[in-house]
Amino acid sequence: MIWLDSLQEFGQITLKAIARMGRGNLFFLSVLRALPSLRGGTDLLAQQIYSVGVLSLQIIMVSGLSVGMVLGLQGYNMLVDFGAEQSLGQATALSLVRELGPVLTALLFAGRAGSALTAEIGLMKVTEQLSAMEMMAVDPIKRVIVPRFVAALISLPMLAAIFSAIGVLGGFFVGAGLLGVDSGAFWSQMQSKVSFGEDVLNGFIKSVVFGVVAAWIAVFEGYDAVPTTEGVSRATTRTVVETAFAVLGLDFILTAVMF
Amino acid sequence: MNGNADDSLVKVRGLSFRRNERVILENVDLDIPRGKITAIMGPSGTGKTTLLRLIGGQLPPLQGSIEIDGLNVPALKLPALYELRKRMGMLFQTGALFSDLTVFENVAFPLRVHTRLPENLIRDLVLMKLQAVGLRGARRLMPAELSGGMARRVALARAIALDPMMIMYDEPFTGQDPITVGIIMKLIQQLNTTLGLTSIIVSHDVLEVSAIADYIYVIADGRVMEHGTPTALGRSQSAWMQQFLQGLPDGPAPFHYPASDYATELLEADDA
Repeated sequence: MIWLDSLQEFGQITLKAIARMGRGNLFFLSVLRALPSLRGGTDLLAQQIYSVGVLSLQIIMVSGLSVGMVLGLQGYNMLVDFGAEQSLGQATALSLVRELGPVLTALLFAGRAGSALTAEIGLMKVTEQLSAMEMMAVDPIKRVIVPRFVAALISLPMLAAIFSAIGVLGGFFVGAGLLGVDSGAFWSQMQSKVSFGEDVLNGFIKSVVFGVVAAWIAVFEGYDAVPTTEGVSRATTRTVVETAFAVLGLDFILTAVMF
Repeated sequence: MNGNADDSLVKVRGLSFRRNERVILENVDLDIPRGKITAIMGPSGTGKTTLLRLIGGQLPPLQGSIEIDGLNVPALKLPALYELRKRMGMLFQTGALFSDLTVFENVAFPLRVHTRLPENLIRDLVLMKLQAVGLRGARRLMPAELSGGMARRVALARAIALDPMMIMYDEPFTGQDPITVGIIMKLIQQLNTTLGLTSIIVSHDVLEVSAIADYIYVIADGRVMEHGTPTALGRSQSAWMQQFLQGLPDGPAPFHYPASDYATELLEADDA
């Protein structure tokens, strides 16, 4: 019976997915429990913030600038029809701070830093480095996972802030520099219409949530990878795809709740 | 069992382990005598490495006990297990060196994590361990710059960094050239005597193991097939044992994976 076979297959896939989610949650709990161990390892954390955060700066800044410039162009074209091009600063800043900054940064972060974290941890598993650590009485969760998790968690909101700031500048260059929007109006509109408590803070909360999710997925996929070369490459892909889905889904929920 | 049980550092009783319903080890009893080199041999995929991981407490057994120096490993809480592991060294098949640290830092790693020794003392200790494996001159190299044999020697220096009471070798000879095999054999023997270690070697290299082991356990199909000194095993009457020791392609361990009748299957293909 064909339908019985496919039903069985569906059941197996579902069970596997649920088991993986369970492992993911248990892993998250063990990472949270190991967080206090970070006190002794600030140099490990600094090292990871460098490789996860600082090395992602380039792609974040370039993307932020280009997104801001395109927003300037598109916004101007739309607003000028209503004679409202003075509001370009507000439009650019709000799109960036509320949505594009946190979301695009999280997506880029998953591609640049998340995948690298997964691959690195996965390869440490393949080459038995994690096992060796355990046998040397060193907990790999404390030594390897926690610094990377926290580094990603700290880096993402900062990168999102940089993305938004550079995006606003990009919008300003195009709007005020090329298209002739009054620069005083650009900044004053932005200042009066973008509220810190409402817009900036909510955008920041979004990026913190995305940071937790992106960091969690990246380190879990690496730690849970099947210890073969194929397993690591699959895990790396999964990190990017899962982070994208999670970020987009959460963004909708958060936006509905916040604004 | 060999000798007086009190001379054993590791005592394994009734050990069973399964992976996804597949029986890996079934009711295994082992005694690893103190200060000796004991080998665990057997065909690939018979759970030799799994046995090392069980002894090291990295996997929980389904049944049975594993006592190391009087402590039952599966029953230990994590902090106690970690305390015990500080007294055990393990040499992984690939070396498992940390790829982002130099040779020196790899050997210094356990010292830095587990002791509060001053830097100059750590330096001296690391140099002594590296000297013991003949790689003091390679201390500034990165693991990627080492040959497979050198990586294993560095890993060995790291495994003895905390002066353990026992050391476990996972397939130490696999994939090495004859000179490296000779070096590793000499190191295993030398370290065992000079440091008063207890060594457990998991391997399927019959000649090398027979040359250095004091006692051998042969595991196949999840059970201990035979055990004894290398000479005693060499004289074994068992056809399987002789096939294994002499490396014969066919015998009690068949060349063919279980299949239906050859001719019938070929004819079936014609029908289809």
